[in-house]
Amino acid sequence: MTDRLKRFLESLLLLELFRGLWLTGKYFFKKKITVQFPEEKTPTSPRFRGLHALRRYSNGEERCIACKLCEVVCPALAITIESAPRTDGTRRTTKYEIDLFKCIYCGFCEESCPVDSIVETSEMHYHFEKRGEEIMTKEKLLAIGDKYESKIAAARAADAFYR
Amino acid sequence: MDTIMNLLWIALKILAIVLPLTISVAYLTLAERKVIAYMHSRIGPNRVGFLGLLQPFADVLKLLLKEMVIPSQSNRYLFLAAPVLVLAPALAAWAVIPFSKGLVLANINAGLLYIFMMSSLSVYGVLIAGWASNSKYAMLGALRAAAQTVSYEIAMGFAFVGVLLAAGSMNLQTIVLAQSGNILHWYFLPLLPLFFVYWISGVAETNRHPFDMVEGESEIVAGFHVEYAGAGFALFFLAEYANMILISAVASLLFLGGWLSPFEGIPLLENVFAFVPGLVWFVLKMGFFLFLYIWLRATFPRYRYDQVMRLGWKVLIPITLIWIVVVSFAVKFNIGPWFNQAGV
Repeated sequence: MTDRLKRFLESLLLLELFRGLWLTGKYFFKKKITVQFPEEKTPTSPRFRGLHALRRYSNGEERCIACKLCEVVCPALAITIESAPRTDGTRRTTKYEIDLFKCIYCGFCEESCPVDSIVETSEMHYHFEKRGEEIMTKEKLLAIGDKYESKIAAARAADAFYR
Repeated sequence: MDTIMNLLWIALKILAIVLPLTISVAYLTLAERKVIAYMHSRIGPNRVGFLGLLQPFADVLKLLLKEMVIPSQSNRYLFLAAPVLVLAPALAAWAVIPFSKGLVLANINAGLLYIFMMSSLSVYGVLIAGWASNSKYAMLGALRAAAQTVSYEIAMGFAFVGVLLAAGSMNLQTIVLAQSGNILHWYFLPLLPLFFVYWISGVAETNRHPFDMVEGESEIVAGFHVEYAGAGFALFFLAEYANMILISAVASLLFLGGWLSPFEGIPLLENVFAFVPGLVWFVLKMGFFLFLYIWLRATFPRYRYDQVMRLGWKVLIPITLIWIVVVSFAVKFNIGPWFNQAGV
């Protein structure tokens, strides 16, 4: 009986509604969490898997040795590799292509690579304007690697402890 | 000649009311988005112009440039007339609102009745819009609008009766002046339950959250105006917000003393704030109610339809009836501090 009376009074005096208003009223004055995108960006993890890149050693030699492990492990069959011996006798790729429309950004290529050559950078803002631009050729991938080398190295270093 | 001048003068006065009203509607939409965003810990629109101040104009421009689609099998004359029928009463009701002492377009004695009539007339537009669209969602929205408005009109009417009893007049200026003295003489205190009932039914009458059964996005898409695009939709939008401002204005007239200063009757502050014109107090009070509208929208989820009906018929109407009896006794036996002056 007292329970019912209490409930009746509570709903009659709109107590719960006032509590709700109080809560939203408090949030009105709280700090806003909006990230204003083009000017501000959300932080990305060093493990973020974005646009691919092929890395070089510090002496400028490309890392890739055409072992084709990434081609084999790729679940989407997005990687195509052809290889031939170079003039100095080492095995190198003559063609290294990633079809970004097929790629599912799983990161297996990166994990399988024995020389840390193919990596996924944290770059996620890119677009294609013409058909065929989605095929990342060896030159394009190496260029991306050159451009973001410092970032890639920093991300590797940050994650090294957990590997 | 004299009549023409007179008509011109009246037209000018109407323009002086409608133009600021339209601009306030535009900025009310921006304020709504901003306030709701702030209550969500967001910052809301801030890209168009400084702090997003040009956003409403961008929105209006977009709506006006859009194609107006008339659905097949619809009644095109009624379909096109409906937005006008919704908007016209929302604007017409402003004729009797006193913005300050003597500052009113038509100082008629049945002002309260006129407001009541106009605020319930707009439901015909909604009904016609829903029926003429030849769409099941629009039809359902219109049916809900009819049922809801009829139910809440009764509670609202009884709230008006309470004010009528207390003030002894239907003239809005007289009602406001009857509340003069100091802030404690405003009717929100002696008529507190009626004040709440009026506000709740006002929110329901304008089909705003949490009583937006008529639109009910998650249930019936957008209710009565699903089929409208472009200018027709803009008119419905304008009417909805104009009605919100109207309900806020009436609430401040009936219960918060209209243009009266809240510092009236306080010895020192009264003189300090004496220079502020009544219009400013009136607009501030309206602003408070409009903020409350948005605050309610940001806080409460939509009522279930049968609960809306239950609230209207089984809760609000009994409360108003009880309080009308209380007020009648208070007025009849001159019970102070509010009703002890004879004839007021």
